[in-house]
Amino acid sequence: MIEGAKWRRWVYFRFPMALFLIFLLFPFYWMVITTVRPDNELYIPWMRPQYKPLWTWNPTLVHLQYLNNETTFWLWMWNTTFIAVVSTAISLVCGVLAGYALSRLNFRLAGLLGTGIFVTYLVPQTLLFIPLAEIIRTYQLGDTPWSLILTYPTFLIPFVTWLMMGYFKAVPKELEECARIDGASRWEAMLYIIIPVAVPGILSAMIFAFTLSWNEFIYALVFLSSPEQKTVPVGVISELVRGDVFFWGPLMAGALLGSIPVAIVYSFFVEHYVSGLTGSVKG
Amino acid sequence: MAQVSIHNVHKRYDDFHAVKNVSLEIKDTEFMVLVGPSGCGKTTTLRMVAGLESITDGHIKIGDLIVNDLPPMDRDIAMVFQNYALYPHMSVFDNMAFGLKMRKFQKAEIEKRVQEAADILGIRDHLHRKPRQLSGGQRQRVALGRAIVRHPQVFLFDEPLSNLDAKLRVQTRVELKKLHNRLGTTAIYVTHDQVEAMTLGDRVVVMKDGIVQQVGEPLDLYNTPANKFVAGFIGSPAMNFSNVRIVEDAGTLWAENPGMRIKVPDHLVARMRPHTGKPATLGVRPEDISVANGADPVGMTFEALTEVVERLGSETLLDVRVADGTMVASVDPTSTARIQEKIQLAFNPHKLHFFEDKTERSINAL
Amino acid sequence: MAVSTASAERNVMGKPKWRPLEGEGNLAFLLLLPTLVLLGMFIAYPFLRGIMLAVTDTRVGIPGKWVGLDNFARLFADPIFHAVVKNTFLYTAVTTVFKLALGLWLALLLNRNFKFKAFTRAFILLPFIVPTVLACFAWKWMFDPTFSVVNWMLWKVGLISSSINWLGDGDLAMLSIIIVNIWRGVPFFAISLMAGLQTISPDLNEAAAIDGAKPLQRFWYITWPLLLPVTMVVVLFSVIQTFADFQIVYVLTGGGPANATHLFATYAYQLGIGTGLLSQGAAVSLAMFPLLFLIVIFQLMYIRRVETR
Repeated sequence: MIEGAKWRRWVYFRFPMALFLIFLLFPFYWMVITTVRPDNELYIPWMRPQYKPLWTWNPTLVHLQYLNNETTFWLWMWNTTFIAVVSTAISLVCGVLAGYALSRLNFRLAGLLGTGIFVTYLVPQTLLFIPLAEIIRTYQLGDTPWSLILTYPTFLIPFVTWLMMGYFKAVPKELEECARIDGASRWEAMLYIIIPVAVPGILSAMIFAFTLSWNEFIYALVFLSSPEQKTVPVGVISELVRGDVFFWGPLMAGALLGSIPVAIVYSFFVEHYVSGLTGSVKG
Repeated sequence: MAQVSIHNVHKRYDDFHAVKNVSLEIKDTEFMVLVGPSGCGKTTTLRMVAGLESITDGHIKIGDLIVNDLPPMDRDIAMVFQNYALYPHMSVFDNMAFGLKMRKFQKAEIEKRVQEAADILGIRDHLHRKPRQLSGGQRQRVALGRAIVRHPQVFLFDEPLSNLDAKLRVQTRVELKKLHNRLGTTAIYVTHDQVEAMTLGDRVVVMKDGIVQQVGEPLDLYNTPANKFVAGFIGSPAMNFSNVRIVEDAGTLWAENPGMRIKVPDHLVARMRPHTGKPATLGVRPEDISVANGADPVGMTFEALTEVVERLGSETLLDVRVADGTMVASVDPTSTARIQEKIQLAFNPHKLHFFEDKTERSINAL
Repeated sequence: MAVSTASAERNVMGKPKWRPLEGEGNLAFLLLLPTLVLLGMFIAYPFLRGIMLAVTDTRVGIPGKWVGLDNFARLFADPIFHAVVKNTFLYTAVTTVFKLALGLWLALLLNRNFKFKAFTRAFILLPFIVPTVLACFAWKWMFDPTFSVVNWMLWKVGLISSSINWLGDGDLAMLSIIIVNIWRGVPFFAISLMAGLQTISPDLNEAAAIDGAKPLQRFWYITWPLLLPVTMVVVLFSVIQTFADFQIVYVLTGGGPANATHLFATYAYQLGIGTGLLSQGAAVSLAMFPLLFLIVIFQLMYIRRVETR
């Protein structure tokens, strides 16, 4: 607590906080402004007196229209969302069950498998993408959403498992014992008692997986080739940049619109996201 | 309803021997209490009866059935946990109905049983609430209700009153007793509180370090403890112990130490004689020590120095120093004793206990 | 206690119903099966194939033959690879230090109660939530030498007098990607550390204040040591992600200018996918692994030491 004089609060708190917020949020403001700024204002060099970057008096929808008409942007949005939803679903099912098994069941390989799953989390996608590209091609999954739906869980499941293990461990053992004395089999106890109690954890895992899915890039870049199959990040970078020419207006429009779905879904689950984040580091 | 038979049961964890050769017969409708300090094996034994721990050696029978290999759900038992273990995401009704649902009971039957139990426990109004909306005492009742609806053969209790505040604990204790009188189901109850043991149990089992020290009705444990541990565990304030040496002087036996010289009562002489010349432990309960009034029998008095006086109203506790040891005496509340005063105290000769020095067994009981 | 064996008493052995899923081992196997299959097929198997690729001379469309460690030897002598290694370590080290410092500062600021705290906390995470590639385009536009708003701002406050070529000059390009990485990572650090701070009972700080400790001392002797376990885990996650980073460099500089910002991932991509030299690309990717492994092991050991102290 910074007690005392009001000036202290301004200097030690309000000012730094304002700086942080500006630093962190300005790029988004920039995205918005650029999206609605007409081309003639957009391409003024910064040293010219006409350069007035922070505001525009002539907002336009031209770039959004370009995005809509000249690209398959909405298809990209659909692709990305579809892939994210299915990958998240797969990862939740696998991760919740795996997390339960590793945290509440006693069996010989528990420690080893737990470490194993953690280790796979440490193997980054940038290490695997080349051999994976070959495998995807061999199984003819290339250029389909399935190439991503099957590979995204590889980095989502370890995280979900890790997260759920933390939540499951916090469920008291007595709850399960009581359910078993009540007549529930292990499977029924897991389904009716343990998992419902861990729902906050499942929501956290869900929102995390969803945002991680949307954020993935290199697999999508390497495995997808036709414009109709692409996800938003890949589509934006490949279709709105021709050689050295950047179509900045539509580019920013795409970047803005592409960011919105995740931001909206996130805004409904902020608490869960935060507790998922903190749960994963408090281990 | 059924009897429970625990027969030469052992529990070993890797290198820790938690329960050593425990054998108990619990009769049908009996309320049996397992009591002892932490780590004595009472909870482990209970959990073996429940099926939550495997039995390393020996067998346990519920009714005629040896249950060693049966999982908890097949043993027809119900358990009340220390932390109630109520399912937080379900209503009180669903909590109580869960066990019946798992066993595929009809909805009508479930409804009937839950309402019945709710009536007995007075929680009818809370049936639609969630556990977090209830007080500690109410949650406890729900836990009880959950056990009752199952109409099991045996009730198992794992320190169910420990989480209640003192006043609620006393109240609930009484209600538990009434409940048992009404339902008559065999019950095994684990606690570390000897007051609960004495007030609730038809019979009490005192355990220490995984071994049964004594089994008996509460008053038997109080009046004729089998060894020093039981003597010191049962009764509050605890029994006083003094190291003495048994000497013979002109035909009478005396128990001596630097602070006192007590005549061995006639009814104990025969048993004490073989211990002449040897050390022993003299045990006397605070309530069996009174202020000497001159009419006391010979050889029953000694001198002590008061250190602390605690006036409770119903009695007065005197912490006194005798030679190099201390004792607690519970005397008449009208006593005018003051601290740092010399005082003459007297034992009740019919309430003296002697314990062997090495084995700590009660010589009275031999 | 003797067990009475009256003739009327019977001993019936209770036999459990056959429930295959009751066994902990069986159930665990079933629950873990889908995970193990997926991870096996799409992590373990590719990893092994990656190793195989790296020891052959495969190219796109041209199956390769065994070349042993030739690819790695070539990398060893490759000046671009040297730059890559230097860049990646520099990038990881600098960004981690700043993310930690700034994240900690922000966490301390956030740890107070103020109006709109919930909103602020939600907004602060946006750089971390939003798809990195999309956000990087905003930065790229912000850094564009001709149209940069950053240059404009610096010029307006009088700090510069001519254009700064953020993405075109070697050292400045590295600075740029470092800035963007810090921008993205500070929220992660801040929120995680804030959670860690909240587990430290305020009683401790108050007791220290009464004992006469000044704010900085209180932080150093009380807060920081108690925060260390969380800090180490956060740093571990961040280091892994930063070391293997791809998106920021790919969008902003593509690895240039003149390989000044090439990282392992971008170089692997350029070699493997860009020019089709699959084996060489795989070798670069794999070269990451031992280094990453060592870093992780060191950090895990440090974490264990901190936790058991």
